[in-house]
Amino acid sequence: MHLWRDIKGTLQPFWVTLGYLFKKPVTIQYPEEKRSPPPRYRARIVLTRNPDGSERCVACQLCSAACPVDCISMQAAEDADGRRYAAWFRLNFARCIFCGLCTEACPTMAIQTTPDYEICNRDVLKLVHEKQDLMVDGCGKDTEYNFYEHAGIGVVNERGGNADEYGPVDPKSLLP
Amino acid sequence: MNDLLISLVLILVKLGLILGVVLTMAAYLVLAERKILGRMQMRYGPNRIGPGGMMQPLCDVIKLITKEDFVPERADKWLFLFAPGLTALTALLSFAVVPFAPPITLFGRQIPMVVCDLNIGLLYIFGLSSLAVYGVVLGGWASNSKYSLIGAMRGLAQMLSYELALGLALVPVVMSAKSFSLNAIVMAQADWPNMLRHPLAFTIFMVSIAAESKRTPFDMPEAENEIVAGYHTEYSGMRFGLFFVGEYINLVVIGAITTVFFLGGWHGPFLPPVIWFIVKVLFVAFLFIWARGSMPRPRYDQLMHFGWKVLIPLALLNVVVSGAISLALRS
Repeated sequence: MHLWRDIKGTLQPFWVTLGYLFKKPVTIQYPEEKRSPPPRYRARIVLTRNPDGSERCVACQLCSAACPVDCISMQAAEDADGRRYAAWFRLNFARCIFCGLCTEACPTMAIQTTPDYEICNRDVLKLVHEKQDLMVDGCGKDTEYNFYEHAGIGVVNERGGNADEYGPVDPKSLLP
Repeated sequence: MNDLLISLVLILVKLGLILGVVLTMAAYLVLAERKILGRMQMRYGPNRIGPGGMMQPLCDVIKLITKEDFVPERADKWLFLFAPGLTALTALLSFAVVPFAPPITLFGRQIPMVVCDLNIGLLYIFGLSSLAVYGVVLGGWASNSKYSLIGAMRGLAQMLSYELALGLALVPVVMSAKSFSLNAIVMAQADWPNMLRHPLAFTIFMVSIAAESKRTPFDMPEAENEIVAGYHTEYSGMRFGLFFVGEYINLVVIGAITTVFFLGGWHGPFLPPVIWFIVKVLFVAFLFIWARGSMPRPRYDQLMHFGWKVLIPLALLNVVVSGAISLALRS
């Protein structure tokens, strides 16, 4: 017989639940109280700008290729100086699963996720964001990175005259 | 003639009063249960509609009424439609014999504060609680669904077996009141509530009435994580609502009869008797909600073993011992 154990096991839960009855609930009452997500939270996607204020996106299509649900589409165009940009850029948030693969694919740090999670809408078409909806003024997570200062030489910078640029390698001199 | 008319009007007024109070209490017990369970699980429970969620029962009723009343294919249609009413009806009818205050004198007439003071009130309550089994069984049978049938079978066996223990637990109460009338039972507890006079009977009564009314530690008939919703799996709309509200009316009834049989009815110091009665009913309801927040559901065979091998022998023993004690005290 485990009579005492059974009686204790029957009565003890009542004591425990009574204790919890007087504790404060842990619920965050959403519309009134909002939790602030961590800075690297993956929610609304934005297109950021270079530190000098120009667009970062070079319409390379890598984000659109990486996207598992195909929610990004764009058309590439070229400036007079040969610099690429997106003529239009469309992101369908009704489809987006906020996986962040586009931000990992982006070579210019243009496309980035932000902690702004309140983007739901009853009208699905309002969830299709165009380029002007996606562009923001800041640099996002990296405030110094500028793709065209490291790559794209010959397009915006003159070939040969840059500070961190070496002359072309002579493959034959490297032979043993 | 005039006298008869006045009695009739009085009965109707009392009926209306009880119906209103019991239904309101049942509706708000749903809310109270959800809120108390919520707090026990460190969340708030419903608090969106009205101040503190007070309008939630109203919204639930509107939702249930406007939902589709669905009868499954190849169900036994008339039984299916009839069963939920039976559950709610038997629960409501039990209240007819419950005295909720001492008789008052109004314009030279003595008005008993009970719809009908039957001298076999206790047996009447038992009869109704046996009938309540039919609500479960017919609902489960008529649904033509395996989950409903399993739930109904469990409900049938459970309610029938625990009714025995329930009845035996009340024998000492009847012995000390020397009457089956609920009014007399309350009167007999003027100085000592039966809870203190018959503690073992009280314990057995509490356990078996929880099983009898399918409250949570013993909610095998509707065990939602094994058999969906048991006997009311196939019900929707207001018919489900009737089962649901019947369950909570039953909770009020349990509170009332526990109060009458064991907690001294409307007896109590300082406060007016009606208030005492309501406070005690709500306290018993809280006990059951508390048990729902605390206890896991036993297995079905454990339940039957406990009923037949522990509670009924204990209750029999209790009858013999308390009978012997009252005999010895008398001589």
